[in-house]
Amino acid sequence: MFRKNLVGWAFLVPLVAYLLLCYGYPLLTTVDLSIRDYTVRTFVHGGAQVIGLANYGDVFADPVFRTALLNTVVFTVASLVFQYGIGLALALFFSRRFRLSATLRALFLVPWLLPLIVSASTWAWMFNSEAGVVNAALAWFGLDGVNWLTSPDWSLVSVIVANTWIGIPFNLVVLYSGLRNIPAEVHEAAALDGASSWQAFRHVTFPMLRPVSAVTLLLGLVYTLKVFDIIWIMTRGGPGGSSTTLATWSYELGFGSMLPRFGPSSAVGNVLILMAVVAGLVYVRSQRHREAS
Amino acid sequence: MTRSWWHTAVGLLLTAVMLFPVYWMVNVSLTPPGDMRKSPPDLFPGNPTFEGYARVLDEQLPYFGTSLLVALGTVVLTLALAAPAAYSLAKLRPRGRGPLTFVLLVAQMIPGIIMALGLYGIYVKLGITNTVWGLVFADSTIAVPFAVLILTSFMASVPDEVVQAARIDGAGAFRTFWSVVLPASCNGVVTAGLFAFLWAWSDFVFAATLDSGGSMQPLTLGIYRYIGNNNQEWNAIMATAVVASVPATALLVLAQRFVAAGITSGAVKD
Repeated sequence: MFRKNLVGWAFLVPLVAYLLLCYGYPLLTTVDLSIRDYTVRTFVHGGAQVIGLANYGDVFADPVFRTALLNTVVFTVASLVFQYGIGLALALFFSRRFRLSATLRALFLVPWLLPLIVSASTWAWMFNSEAGVVNAALAWFGLDGVNWLTSPDWSLVSVIVANTWIGIPFNLVVLYSGLRNIPAEVHEAAALDGASSWQAFRHVTFPMLRPVSAVTLLLGLVYTLKVFDIIWIMTRGGPGGSSTTLATWSYELGFGSMLPRFGPSSAVGNVLILMAVVAGLVYVRSQRHREAS
Repeated sequence: MTRSWWHTAVGLLLTAVMLFPVYWMVNVSLTPPGDMRKSPPDLFPGNPTFEGYARVLDEQLPYFGTSLLVALGTVVLTLALAAPAAYSLAKLRPRGRGPLTFVLLVAQMIPGIIMALGLYGIYVKLGITNTVWGLVFADSTIAVPFAVLILTSFMASVPDEVVQAARIDGAGAFRTFWSVVLPASCNGVVTAGLFAFLWAWSDFVFAATLDSGGSMQPLTLGIYRYIGNNNQEWNAIMATAVVASVPATALLVLAQRFVAAGITSGAVKD
């Protein structure tokens, strides 16, 4: 038994070493960065003073923090609601067999597979105020154009639209396979009992889909908290911080200007990590729960 | 079956709406720069130009090379780390593996921007910013936890009898891994490798933070440079974007079932 454990761990050693080196060490570094008063000079040459939680205090006192936190919540909740709603509707639609359904479902994966910078720059151009196709479509319906990316009222909406578009395929694929795992007899039984298709969905399909829905939403939550590329490329968090989230703010503080502020940047990052890990723990717990049941 | 064509029609319409941005990217990449600011924009490339693509060939080719190198390096590193570990977790099942699996799950939740900050601090100290292999290491952090978990579930489905038979025939643990379990979970290896490639190919956060001053930069930075230019030339930007999308499209056509397997793993229990 001892030998078996030894051999088993021998195969795990490279992974454990890698996790310590490429995860543990960088994460400790961000903690270290967040409790010191770094300048460009001390960042390179070392010797920055430990200032405890002062960076965190600065960050929480900064008015940008409230905006970024609020934007993160709005961005995450709105993205999840629309991705999940549209994804579920599409999954239900595709779960009926019809010609070409498998091919079309595969095509729906394209947005999810494209590099984020590709999707983000395409949306940025589509939302362009003067020559963008979105405003052209609005004009066609007789509506006034909107300054999607350059107006503080619309920038957050624009990045939510783009992020929803990217997230729909994931929701569709996962919810679709969740629907396929519900035995056909269940639907037949509901139909025999005279349930309308809305009733069958409301009282049979949707409750049975709940575990899959929970995991989909949790994974979506963790993913959406991380979103940085899309917002940074489309709006850079602007104008005037109107689409700043914690992720873009952290990047902006650390890398966005000629005067990097690594301390506050890491502090924001660590706040974000806390939110992600809490979501992660909920996910792990729900997985355990399902393994047990 | 009479209603089936009606469903197909709706399905086609929905797909067209969903893929409109992709079409638009191709359309803009073919639009001559002179027509770019036209309002309303042309819905079809009336007089298509390949100027944008010529510029891609001219200016972006080295970026492509770097992206390919980084992506392949990430695949190799990820599989080399993940496959043995997954074999151990699935078949040798040593004591104390529970916390490790937990760490892998949590590791996937960590935002890339935080990893980038930490790695930047380390890379500056060690003087290894702007190196290709530094970027490979950074990109692998996106893929390794996922690869271990998905390979574990694939390897767990290799019957224990097969493993036992190999042991009885005198194969050691490594031999069993290399000649029996690994070939039997070929699909898992392809899925893990495919996602590692795609993520490394698409990475922007690590490239922007760790490699923005390097002599070899990946494609995502090439596109970012184009966008950052004051005279944003959208037909060149979109042409680069189209070419950057080729691997994703190729993978979708060639390996669709692996893609679907990767997405649903962990979310749906069969």
